[in-house]
Amino acid sequence: MIDQFFPNGLERYLTGGLLIGAGVALLYLTTGRPGGVSTFFSAAWSWLLKNPFFQQASLRDGRQWRLVYSLGLIFGGALYAMLGLPLEASTLPAWKLAVGGLLIGFGARLGGGCTSGHGICGMASLSAGSLAMVATFLGTAMVTAMLISRLAG
Amino acid sequence: MKNTSVLPDHLATLASGLLFGLGLAWSTMIRPESVLAFLSFSDLGLLLVLGAAVGVNLLVYQLLPRLRQRALLGGEFQQRPFTLNRESLLGGMLFGLGWGICGVCPGPALAGLGAGNTDLLIALAGIFAGAGLHGLWAGRQFKLGNTQ
Repeated sequence: MIDQFFPNGLERYLTGGLLIGAGVALLYLTTGRPGGVSTFFSAAWSWLLKNPFFQQASLRDGRQWRLVYSLGLIFGGALYAMLGLPLEASTLPAWKLAVGGLLIGFGARLGGGCTSGHGICGMASLSAGSLAMVATFLGTAMVTAMLISRLAG
Repeated sequence: MKNTSVLPDHLATLASGLLFGLGLAWSTMIRPESVLAFLSFSDLGLLLVLGAAVGVNLLVYQLLPRLRQRALLGGEFQQRPFTLNRESLLGGMLFGLGWGICGVCPGPALAGLGAGNTDLLIALAGIFAGAGLHGLWAGRQFKLGNTQ
Protein backbone atom coordinates (compact mmCIF):
# COMPACT_ATOMS: atom_id res chain seq x y z
CA MET A 1 0.00 0.00 0.00
CA ILE A 2 2.71 2.47 1.00
CA ASP A 3 4.87 1.26 -1.88
CA GLN A 4 2.07 1.87 -4.32
CA PHE A 5 1.59 5.53 -3.42
CA PHE A 6 5.16 6.25 -2.33
CA PRO A 7 7.45 4.27 -4.66
CA ASN A 8 10.43 6.36 -3.49
CA GLY A 9 9.76 5.95 0.21
CA LEU A 10 8.70 8.54 2.76
CA GLU A 11 11.91 9.69 4.35
CA ARG A 12 13.25 12.20 1.84
CA TYR A 13 9.84 13.87 1.64
CA LEU A 14 9.41 14.18 5.38
CA THR A 15 12.99 15.36 5.96
CA GLY A 16 12.75 17.86 3.09
CA GLY A 17 9.36 19.09 4.29
CA LEU A 18 10.70 19.64 7.81
CA LEU A 19 13.67 21.61 6.43
CA ILE A 20 11.34 23.75 4.31
CA GLY A 21 9.13 24.28 7.34
CA ALA A 22 12.16 25.21 9.46
CA GLY A 23 13.22 27.84 6.90
CA VAL A 24 9.78 29.47 6.78
CA ALA A 25 9.49 29.25 10.58
CA LEU A 26 12.94 30.84 11.08
CA LEU A 27 11.97 33.80 8.89
CA TYR A 28 8.77 34.34 10.89
CA LEU A 29 10.50 33.89 14.25
CA THR A 30 13.34 36.31 13.49
CA THR A 31 11.67 38.93 11.30
CA GLY A 32 7.90 38.38 11.60
CA ARG A 33 7.56 38.01 7.82
CA PRO A 34 5.52 35.34 6.07
CA GLY A 35 7.94 33.72 3.62
CA GLY A 36 6.10 33.67 0.31
CA VAL A 37 8.44 33.51 -2.68
CA SER A 38 6.47 34.78 -5.66
CA THR A 39 6.14 38.45 -4.60
CA PHE A 40 9.87 38.85 -5.28
CA PHE A 41 9.18 38.54 -9.01
CA SER A 42 6.88 41.60 -8.88
CA ALA A 43 9.03 43.52 -6.39
CA ALA A 44 12.14 43.09 -8.56
CA TRP A 45 10.45 45.05 -11.35
CA SER A 46 10.46 48.11 -9.07
CA TRP A 47 14.20 48.41 -9.80
CA LEU A 48 13.53 48.52 -13.53
CA LEU A 49 10.19 50.24 -14.14
CA LYS A 50 8.86 53.52 -12.77
CA ASN A 51 5.26 52.47 -13.34
CA PRO A 52 3.17 53.26 -10.20
CA PHE A 53 2.11 49.65 -9.72
CA PHE A 54 5.69 48.47 -9.24
CA GLN A 55 6.57 51.54 -7.18
CA GLN A 56 3.83 50.93 -4.58
CA ALA A 57 5.23 50.74 -1.06
CA SER A 58 4.32 47.10 -0.47
CA LEU A 59 6.56 46.03 -3.37
CA ARG A 60 9.36 48.61 -3.04
CA ASP A 61 9.82 48.24 0.70
CA GLY A 62 10.09 44.47 0.52
CA ARG A 63 12.33 44.14 -2.50
CA GLN A 64 15.59 44.02 -0.59
CA TRP A 65 14.73 41.28 1.88
CA ARG A 66 12.99 39.35 -0.89
CA LEU A 67 16.15 39.47 -2.97
CA VAL A 68 18.19 38.16 -0.02
CA TYR A 69 15.60 35.44 0.62
CA SER A 70 15.69 34.40 -3.07
CA LEU A 71 19.49 34.26 -2.98
CA GLY A 72 19.17 32.06 0.11
CA LEU A 73 16.93 29.67 -1.84
CA ILE A 74 19.51 29.47 -4.63
CA PHE A 75 22.32 28.89 -2.10
CA GLY A 76 20.24 26.18 -0.39
CA GLY A 77 20.00 24.27 -3.68
CA ALA A 78 23.72 24.83 -4.28
CA LEU A 79 24.57 23.57 -0.78
CA TYR A 80 22.58 20.40 -1.44
CA ALA A 81 24.52 19.79 -4.67
CA MET A 82 27.86 20.55 -2.97
CA LEU A 83 27.14 18.01 -0.24
CA GLY A 84 26.99 15.40 -2.99
CA LEU A 85 23.47 14.27 -2.07
CA PRO A 86 21.44 12.28 -4.64
CA LEU A 87 20.36 14.44 -7.56
CA GLU A 88 18.56 13.19 -10.65
CA ALA A 89 18.73 15.07 -13.93
CA SER A 90 15.65 16.74 -15.36
CA THR A 91 14.84 16.62 -19.05
CA LEU A 92 11.77 18.77 -19.40
CA PRO A 93 11.36 20.42 -22.84
CA ALA A 94 12.15 24.14 -22.91
CA TRP A 95 8.71 25.12 -24.23
CA LYS A 96 7.02 23.63 -21.17
CA LEU A 97 9.30 25.61 -18.86
CA ALA A 98 8.71 28.82 -20.83
CA VAL A 99 4.92 28.53 -21.16
CA GLY A 100 4.50 27.11 -17.67
CA GLY A 101 6.74 29.80 -16.18
CA LEU A 102 4.80 32.61 -17.81
CA LEU A 103 1.47 31.25 -16.53
CA ILE A 104 2.90 30.68 -13.06
CA GLY A 105 4.31 34.20 -12.84
CA PHE A 106 1.12 35.87 -14.00
CA GLY A 107 -1.18 33.54 -12.06
CA ALA A 108 0.73 33.69 -8.78
CA ARG A 109 0.68 37.48 -8.79
CA LEU A 110 -2.98 37.72 -9.79
CA GLY A 111 -3.80 35.08 -7.19
CA GLY A 112 -1.86 36.81 -4.42
CA GLY A 113 0.62 34.01 -3.81
CA CYS A 114 2.05 30.64 -4.75
CA THR A 115 2.72 27.30 -3.13
CA SER A 116 4.79 28.89 -0.35
CA GLY A 117 2.65 31.97 0.35
CA HIS A 118 -0.77 30.33 0.23
CA GLY A 119 0.33 26.71 0.62
CA ILE A 120 2.57 27.07 3.66
CA CYS A 121 2.15 30.51 5.27
CA GLY A 122 -1.53 30.99 4.42
CA MET A 123 -2.52 27.53 5.58
CA ALA A 124 -0.40 27.90 8.73
CA SER A 125 -2.32 31.12 9.47
CA LEU A 126 -5.57 29.14 9.01
CA SER A 127 -6.65 31.53 6.24
CA ALA A 128 -9.81 30.26 4.54
CA GLY A 129 -8.94 32.28 1.43
CA SER A 130 -5.55 30.59 1.13
CA LEU A 131 -7.13 27.18 1.59
CA ALA A 132 -9.53 27.95 -1.29
CA MET A 133 -6.58 29.09 -3.41
CA VAL A 134 -4.59 25.92 -2.69
CA ALA A 135 -7.60 23.78 -3.62
CA THR A 136 -7.99 25.81 -6.83
CA PHE A 137 -4.41 25.62 -8.06
CA LEU A 138 -3.83 22.06 -6.90
CA GLY A 139 -7.03 20.89 -8.61
CA THR A 140 -6.24 22.73 -11.83
CA ALA A 141 -2.65 21.45 -11.82
CA MET A 142 -3.77 17.83 -11.32
CA VAL A 143 -6.26 17.97 -14.20
CA THR A 144 -3.65 19.64 -16.43
CA ALA A 145 -0.84 17.21 -15.58
CA MET A 146 -3.10 14.19 -16.10
CA LEU A 147 -4.43 15.44 -19.42
CA ILE A 148 -0.90 16.08 -20.67
CA SER A 149 0.36 12.67 -19.57
CA ARG A 150 -2.66 10.99 -21.26
CA LEU A 151 -2.14 12.89 -24.49
CA ALA A 152 1.56 12.07 -24.49
CA GLY A 153 0.50 8.43 -24.07
CA MET B 1 16.48 51.37 14.13
CA LYS B 2 15.94 50.39 10.53
CA ASN B 3 19.62 50.86 9.65
CA THR B 4 21.16 49.29 12.72
CA SER B 5 19.30 46.01 12.27
CA VAL B 6 19.92 45.52 8.55
CA LEU B 7 22.77 43.04 8.85
CA PRO B 8 21.17 40.62 11.34
CA ASP B 9 17.96 40.89 9.34
CA HIS B 10 19.74 39.97 6.10
CA LEU B 11 21.60 37.12 7.75
CA ALA B 12 18.41 35.67 9.25
CA THR B 13 16.60 36.06 5.92
CA LEU B 14 19.45 34.44 4.02
CA ALA B 15 19.59 31.52 6.47
CA SER B 16 15.81 31.06 6.18
CA GLY B 17 15.99 30.96 2.39
CA LEU B 18 18.93 28.57 2.57
CA LEU B 19 17.07 26.09 4.78
CA PHE B 20 14.03 26.39 2.54
CA GLY B 21 16.10 25.76 -0.60
CA LEU B 22 17.94 22.86 1.00
CA GLY B 23 14.60 21.30 1.94
CA LEU B 24 13.22 21.73 -1.57
CA ALA B 25 16.27 19.94 -2.98
CA TRP B 26 16.17 17.24 -0.29
CA SER B 27 12.52 16.49 -0.97
CA THR B 28 13.24 16.25 -4.76
CA MET B 29 10.71 19.05 -5.39
CA ILE B 30 13.35 20.94 -7.39
CA ARG B 31 12.97 18.26 -10.05
CA PRO B 32 9.90 19.08 -12.18
CA GLU B 33 9.38 15.38 -12.92
CA SER B 34 8.86 14.68 -9.18
CA VAL B 35 6.17 17.34 -8.95
CA LEU B 36 4.47 16.10 -12.13
CA ALA B 37 4.55 12.55 -10.72
CA PHE B 38 2.60 13.84 -7.72
CA LEU B 39 0.13 15.82 -9.82
CA SER B 40 -0.64 12.70 -11.87
CA PHE B 41 -0.90 10.54 -8.71
CA SER B 42 2.06 8.26 -9.31
CA ASP B 43 3.99 9.38 -6.20
CA LEU B 44 2.19 11.23 -3.43
CA GLY B 45 5.41 12.46 -1.79
CA LEU B 46 4.53 16.13 -2.25
CA LEU B 47 1.67 15.68 0.22
CA LEU B 48 4.19 14.68 2.89
CA VAL B 49 6.44 17.61 2.02
CA LEU B 50 3.58 20.09 2.24
CA GLY B 51 2.14 18.38 5.32
CA ALA B 52 5.44 18.52 7.22
CA ALA B 53 6.13 22.14 6.23
CA VAL B 54 2.59 23.27 7.12
CA GLY B 55 2.60 21.22 10.34
CA VAL B 56 5.72 22.97 11.67
CA ASN B 57 4.39 26.40 10.73
CA LEU B 58 0.91 25.80 12.04
CA LEU B 59 2.50 25.59 15.48
CA VAL B 60 4.80 28.54 14.88
CA TYR B 61 2.21 30.87 13.31
CA GLN B 62 -0.46 30.06 15.88
CA LEU B 63 1.67 30.03 19.03
CA LEU B 64 4.42 32.58 18.48
CA PRO B 65 2.26 35.75 18.33
CA ARG B 66 0.63 34.63 21.59
CA LEU B 67 3.96 34.07 23.32
CA ARG B 68 5.80 37.15 22.08
CA GLN B 69 4.85 40.71 21.17
CA ARG B 70 7.44 40.98 18.43
CA ALA B 71 9.75 38.84 16.35
CA LEU B 72 13.31 38.25 17.67
CA LEU B 73 14.81 41.10 15.63
CA GLY B 74 12.09 43.52 16.70
CA GLY B 75 9.71 43.39 13.73
CA GLU B 76 5.98 42.89 14.01
CA PHE B 77 4.37 39.60 13.16
CA GLN B 78 2.85 40.39 9.77
CA GLN B 79 -0.30 39.07 8.21
CA ARG B 80 -0.36 38.17 4.54
CA PRO B 81 -2.48 40.72 2.67
CA PHE B 82 -5.03 38.71 0.71
CA THR B 83 -8.67 38.87 -0.31
CA LEU B 84 -10.35 36.01 -2.09
CA ASN B 85 -12.35 37.13 -5.12
CA ARG B 86 -13.04 36.18 -8.71
CA GLU B 87 -9.71 37.62 -9.87
CA SER B 88 -7.61 35.78 -7.34
CA LEU B 89 -9.41 32.52 -8.17
CA LEU B 90 -8.65 33.10 -11.85
CA GLY B 91 -5.02 33.68 -10.82
CA GLY B 92 -5.05 30.38 -8.93
CA MET B 93 -6.35 28.57 -12.02
CA LEU B 94 -3.68 30.11 -14.27
CA PHE B 95 -1.04 29.22 -11.71
CA GLY B 96 -2.35 25.65 -11.58
CA LEU B 97 -2.36 25.41 -15.37
CA GLY B 98 1.29 26.49 -15.51
CA TRP B 99 2.25 24.24 -12.58
CA GLY B 100 0.58 21.27 -14.28
CA ILE B 101 2.44 21.96 -17.54
CA CYS B 102 5.96 22.33 -16.13
CA GLY B 103 5.96 21.06 -12.52
CA VAL B 104 7.87 24.16 -11.41
CA CYS B 105 6.82 26.83 -8.93
CA PRO B 106 8.81 29.90 -7.82
CA GLY B 107 10.69 28.41 -4.83
CA PRO B 108 11.85 25.21 -6.55
CA ALA B 109 12.81 27.19 -9.67
CA LEU B 110 15.32 29.18 -7.56
CA ALA B 111 16.58 26.24 -5.51
CA GLY B 112 16.82 23.99 -8.58
CA LEU B 113 18.90 26.59 -10.37
CA GLY B 114 21.22 26.66 -7.36
CA ALA B 115 21.54 22.87 -7.55
CA GLY B 116 22.76 23.22 -11.12
CA ASN B 117 19.70 22.80 -13.35
CA THR B 118 20.32 25.76 -15.66
CA ASP B 119 17.25 24.89 -17.78
CA LEU B 120 15.28 26.45 -14.95
CA LEU B 121 16.56 29.85 -16.08
CA ILE B 122 13.92 29.52 -18.80
CA ALA B 123 11.21 28.97 -16.19
CA LEU B 124 12.54 31.84 -14.06
CA ALA B 125 12.54 34.16 -17.08
CA GLY B 126 8.94 33.08 -17.73
CA ILE B 127 7.91 33.73 -14.11
CA PHE B 128 9.62 37.13 -14.13
CA ALA B 129 7.95 38.05 -17.44
CA GLY B 130 4.56 36.80 -16.19
CA ALA B 131 4.83 38.88 -13.00
CA GLY B 132 5.82 41.89 -15.14
CA LEU B 133 2.83 41.45 -17.45
CA HIS B 134 0.57 41.14 -14.43
CA GLY B 135 1.93 44.40 -13.00
CA LEU B 136 1.50 46.28 -16.26
CA TRP B 137 -2.04 44.96 -16.62
CA ALA B 138 -2.99 45.52 -12.98
CA GLY B 139 -1.16 48.87 -13.01
CA ARG B 140 -3.73 50.34 -15.40
CA GLN B 141 -6.52 49.66 -12.91
CA PHE B 142 -4.26 50.73 -10.06
CA LYS B 143 -3.60 54.13 -11.66
CA LEU B 144 -7.28 54.74 -12.36
CA GLY B 145 -8.16 53.74 -8.80
CA ASN B 146 -5.54 56.12 -7.39
CA THR B 147 -6.56 59.24 -9.27
CA GLN B 148 -10.20 59.00 -8.25
